[in-house]
Amino acid sequence: MPAAPTLIQAESVIREYRLGETVIRAVDDVSLTVEKGEFLALLGSSGSGKSTLLSMMAGLDRPTAGAIRVRDRNLDELEVDELARYRRETVGMVFQSFNLLPRMTLEENVELPLRLAEVDRHDRESRVAEALERVRLGPRRRHRPSELSGGEQQRGALARALVNRPAILFADEPTGNLDSVNGEQILLLLREFQDSLGMTIIMVTHERPLAEKFANRIALLSDGRLVSDGVRH
Amino acid sequence: MKTRDLSELAVRNLREAVLRNSLTTLGVAVGVASLVAMLSLGVGLQTLASQRLTRSGLFDAVFVTSQRNFRGPRPPAPDSAPKKESRFLDEDARQQLSKLSTVTEVYPQIRFVTDVRYAGKSETTSVLGLPDSSRSSGAFEGMKGAFFSSPTANEAILQIDFAKVLSDQPPALIGKELTLRYAERAAFSKAADDDEALLDAMMGAGKPGGISIVPREKTLRIVGVIESDPSAGIGGFGGARVYLPLKTAEQLHVAQPDDLQAFLSGNPAKPSYMAMTVRVRSPKDVLQVEDSIKQMGFATFSLLDATKSLRLVFTVFDLFLGLFGSLALTVASLGIINTLVMAILERRREIGILKALGATDRDVRSLFFAEAGAMGLFGGFFGVALGWLIGSALTWGTTIYLRRQNLPGVKISYIPWWLALGAIIFAIIVSLVAGLYPASRAARLNPVDALRYE
Repeated sequence: MPAAPTLIQAESVIREYRLGETVIRAVDDVSLTVEKGEFLALLGSSGSGKSTLLSMMAGLDRPTAGAIRVRDRNLDELEVDELARYRRETVGMVFQSFNLLPRMTLEENVELPLRLAEVDRHDRESRVAEALERVRLGPRRRHRPSELSGGEQQRGALARALVNRPAILFADEPTGNLDSVNGEQILLLLREFQDSLGMTIIMVTHERPLAEKFANRIALLSDGRLVSDGVRH
Repeated sequence: MKTRDLSELAVRNLREAVLRNSLTTLGVAVGVASLVAMLSLGVGLQTLASQRLTRSGLFDAVFVTSQRNFRGPRPPAPDSAPKKESRFLDEDARQQLSKLSTVTEVYPQIRFVTDVRYAGKSETTSVLGLPDSSRSSGAFEGMKGAFFSSPTANEAILQIDFAKVLSDQPPALIGKELTLRYAERAAFSKAADDDEALLDAMMGAGKPGGISIVPREKTLRIVGVIESDPSAGIGGFGGARVYLPLKTAEQLHVAQPDDLQAFLSGNPAKPSYMAMTVRVRSPKDVLQVEDSIKQMGFATFSLLDATKSLRLVFTVFDLFLGLFGSLALTVASLGIINTLVMAILERRREIGILKALGATDRDVRSLFFAEAGAMGLFGGFFGVALGWLIGSALTWGTTIYLRRQNLPGVKISYIPWWLALGAIIFAIIVSLVAGLYPASRAARLNPVDALRYE
């Protein structure tokens, strides 16, 4: 079987933060390659640098040194608007705290990336409905986030992340605020997207059992360094 | 993001914090209202003054005198119009003046000092003939009684001070009769004169006839008593105390100071006048007509310069009113800045989410800009409506006060379309400028920091 093409390549990535006189190195010389269609779990304890690495790969942050290439394009060389376009068209994101806008209904939340991408109004309706059906929230589309359970909110966030049909889905502790049943449901959905849509999934988690159960590969980080990589299932 | 989506999101955001945004919008509205009310007062007073002055006939009139007897209060510069032969202001001149383009009316100034008899009293006073057009000048508004029933009526209107001299109860004079004693000027021809030889001896052979001065009386019915002086400033010759219709005054053939000069110049048959008033279609025609009349050999005077000064005064007045109104709008714009800066703090996480979903800095900036602009638009509309209400209340209050003083009501506040539109546009611009800092601050937010914000 031919090897899958490389989608993301992190090369000696360093990310430092300055807190007064102190310089904190959150990510320390990490090199990593992600292939198309992979389900990669970035595993580590709190403060290991996994979320910082994810943010840089998602185009939300830039490395202090090193490079992150996506489809051979160095994200650090992209202008602010080009980086926004990368987030809009190539990337979908799911967060631990769901991050649905509380003033909007579920379908309005899911529609938001399509508004930003200036997708035609007629297309939006069907794409929103399709995304909500995929996460089995069709009947709840008119509800506001406060009227949904935690699991439903995270499924709604998943619908919003995939409505733009991105190539890569980044999930930052997607089960962190959920009970085990709902957590498993979310990860099952991620696997489903990987299988049916061919999506590359990069998930940050500190729960080793979940990572081992659902991810194809686990990269372990500790104190900003990549400790191990390549545990495959 | 498309404009429609941006507008929808902005309106949605405004609706969510409805109390705070309404209060901010109300602040803008109050600012705009004070600006509109101040300027509408300026415009209203200016319109009122212009209407009154235009109707008074001061600014669309040229006062013509013969260069022989009166050179006017503003003598021409030595090197101005070429010297023409001095002419008399007689009927021929009147006909010639009335044929000038844009001239609507030409009438002589008939003013004389005479004895007035009423109820056994005899008083010497000044009499003025009024053209029928002065009926609509506005000068007779609030007069007790009525204007002349016809241009040739044997009727008189008395100025209140003079009426008080005649009676303790001036309004009771209306309907009563008074008698004028005056000197009539009559021409006689050579043929009709028995002392032809004597006249020839006096004047030299070939001089045609002469004039006689005959004492006459005329009975007039008093139809009105007026408190103000309707002729003040007309021709710059001061006011009169008894008014009668101009045609009636002309028919009296009262001897005028020019008669002796006309007689000596050998033109005694035609009456000449001290001055004539030439009314033109609009004040902007005054200069051209004045030049034409000077070319005809007469001296002229108009109040056009006074109009220019008046405009300057009103422009400065408007400027000050506008400045005071703008102060209120400046305070309101600080309210917008405060509201939007607070909104950034509250919506920090939302900005982070928008950026994570692919919103550009421009999208975020535009969203905050649209919210500021919407507050300006709504504030502008409400402000104009509020300003109109304040202006109407001022007009209403002023009218009540004036009516209590037995004076006609006036509209002191007026909002022309350009003021309403300008105020709304100004409110939007001020709001956008106020939104400039908060919007750029929101756009610059780092998405990672914003997403971390709780």
